[in-house]
Amino acid sequence: MAQGGDLGEYRPLTYFQLMEISLRELLVEKGVVTEQAIGDAVADMRARTPERGARVVARAWADPAFKARLLENGTRACEEYGVDVPGLRLVVVENTPAVHNVIVCTLCSCYPRMLLGIPPDWYKSGNYRSRVVREPRVVLAELGTRIPDSVRIRVHDSTADMRYLVLPMRPAGTEGWSEERLAALVTRDCMIGVALPRSA
Amino acid sequence: MQQVSAGAAPRPQYPTDHPAAPARFAVGQRVRVRKAAPLGHVRTPRYIRGCRGTIERLCGAFPNPEELAQQRSGLPAQPLYRVRFLQREVWPDYRGRSDDVVEIEIFQHWLEEERRR
Repeated sequence: MAQGGDLGEYRPLTYFQLMEISLRELLVEKGVVTEQAIGDAVADMRARTPERGARVVARAWADPAFKARLLENGTRACEEYGVDVPGLRLVVVENTPAVHNVIVCTLCSCYPRMLLGIPPDWYKSGNYRSRVVREPRVVLAELGTRIPDSVRIRVHDSTADMRYLVLPMRPAGTEGWSEERLAALVTRDCMIGVALPRSA
Repeated sequence: MQQVSAGAAPRPQYPTDHPAAPARFAVGQRVRVRKAAPLGHVRTPRYIRGCRGTIERLCGAFPNPEELAQQRSGLPAQPLYRVRFLQREVWPDYRGRSDDVVEIEIFQHWLEEERRR
């Protein structure tokens, strides 16, 4: 939707904004959808933020039994924890001292939106999508994450029905922390695998 | 990473709600991705066609996206696997560890049995 309430310099609508408005007005006029339903769907999408994923990660750090269930079947574990993820078939991959995981969708921009919200622009860029499968260490270094040669890299290309979330390693010095405090260390980018969690 | 033995009956991670074709490949089995270039909507990236890999897990069975894109039912659902490939075998000039991997979801009808290791 075009940005409402964005007072400032005037900019002409882009091709895609114009197409969106035209299509939306036509669908409303023909009674296929209502403005209210579209507004609710947009609000719902905007309400999904990486904090949902961070809660799941913090829970896994705090509870080894939950972590085991999360790695076994991500969707079921999220639902059990009370994070509603309709339609999401989640595969959680765990970083260890020996393995680093990173997620991409080379074909389009598949992303666990139910847990991370709307993907960042770079995730959808041709540059990231074509290069992270071919030279992951170089791309990660460009993004500020140097993976030592002692660590294997697993790249996950989400090409079909699964969506992926990286379970980062719990930072040192966080023993005894509450889940809420742990969750504050978990960034969107470390759940995609292009960064590490904030340090304690 | 979990240890897997070839020949074990695969268990789908997410069972399908639809009638599904039976799974032909076992976890740990060596497979090769078909080298084909059909027209239309295909979820098998070009860079992996013709490559050899190992079945990492059976995800479940899902309606065939190539059929769905043609407004058909996509049934019976096709088994969907995660297949693990060594980066050095995918990109001959790959620079990085020899055991770095890329893992990709591939539908069963894109996979063939690979006999040689």
